[in-house]
Amino acid sequence: MKQAEFLNVVMPFKDKLYRLAKRLLVSKEEAEDATQEILLKLWSKNETMEQYKNVEAFAMTMTKNFCLDRLKSKQASNLKLVHSNYSDESTSLQRQLEAEDSVKWMERIMDELPEQQKMVLQLRDVEQYEFEEICELLDMKPTAVRVALSRARKVVRQELVKKHSYGIG
Amino acid sequence: MELDNIEKLLEKYFEATTTVAEEKELQTYFSQESVATHLEQYKPMFSYFSNAKEERYTKQVPLKPRKNYYKWISVAAVAVLTFGIYFGNEYQEREKAKYAYQETKKAFELLATNFGKGTEKVAYLQEFETAKQKIYNNN
Repeated sequence: MKQAEFLNVVMPFKDKLYRLAKRLLVSKEEAEDATQEILLKLWSKNETMEQYKNVEAFAMTMTKNFCLDRLKSKQASNLKLVHSNYSDESTSLQRQLEAEDSVKWMERIMDELPEQQKMVLQLRDVEQYEFEEICELLDMKPTAVRVALSRARKVVRQELVKKHSYGIG
Repeated sequence: MELDNIEKLLEKYFEATTTVAEEKELQTYFSQESVATHLEQYKPMFSYFSNAKEERYTKQVPLKPRKNYYKWISVAAVAVLTFGIYFGNEYQEREKAKYAYQETKKAFELLATNFGKGTEKVAYLQEFETAKQKIYNNN
């Protein structure tokens, strides 16, 4: 596969890889590194890539595994301290509308979720994957996906309600 | 809008039994300006999801450069190594020749000094000869 062809295949979903990486790793820099790493790995496999039925799903699974490994590795213990996206954004956020402030809240709530729920929520509600695709990507049973998704959504709702009533009361 | 419908969808949504299409419907409902007050609290959730989708990977996709880089580095390394071995050998050879030359020179010098000593002794012998001639002549 030529470079141009490869780019054509990869371009449509590279943002999805990045967003999943960012969801899991939180830090923007870490997510960028992870995406780059995945793209390079894919490129090194470009000879055999035609054999894969669904390159996107394959790449998403790679990203998931890579990020989970990163989180497990030693560097990850530093990683949690390193990311400083919060403060960065909050300075600009102060000037922004209240509506965007709650978006910020959402991000915090999402960061608190367990990894599996994070991924399911990301894949479903942000990327709008079908259930079968998520099952395949995360190597989970359909019922498990549903349970995780429902739980994640409910946690988000609960946190939002808490915040909402706090704002009022 | 059919508020009833939305509420039902929301309920299904939290049980994770909605389809992607139904979720899109919710998404569009919550993306509008005015949302029923009791549903206001869910708005951040949906606007967050649609916002999150806008995030882009802005870095360059790094493909060939790194690969080529390594290839050329190895080519350069091999070239340097070959030259090194070639010229290194030549240099060593020259050093060896120089050493051999020095050693031979030393040996010749030793020989020369010993020859010198030999001629000195022969000079004494000459003295003896002249003395002998004198005696003969006197007789």
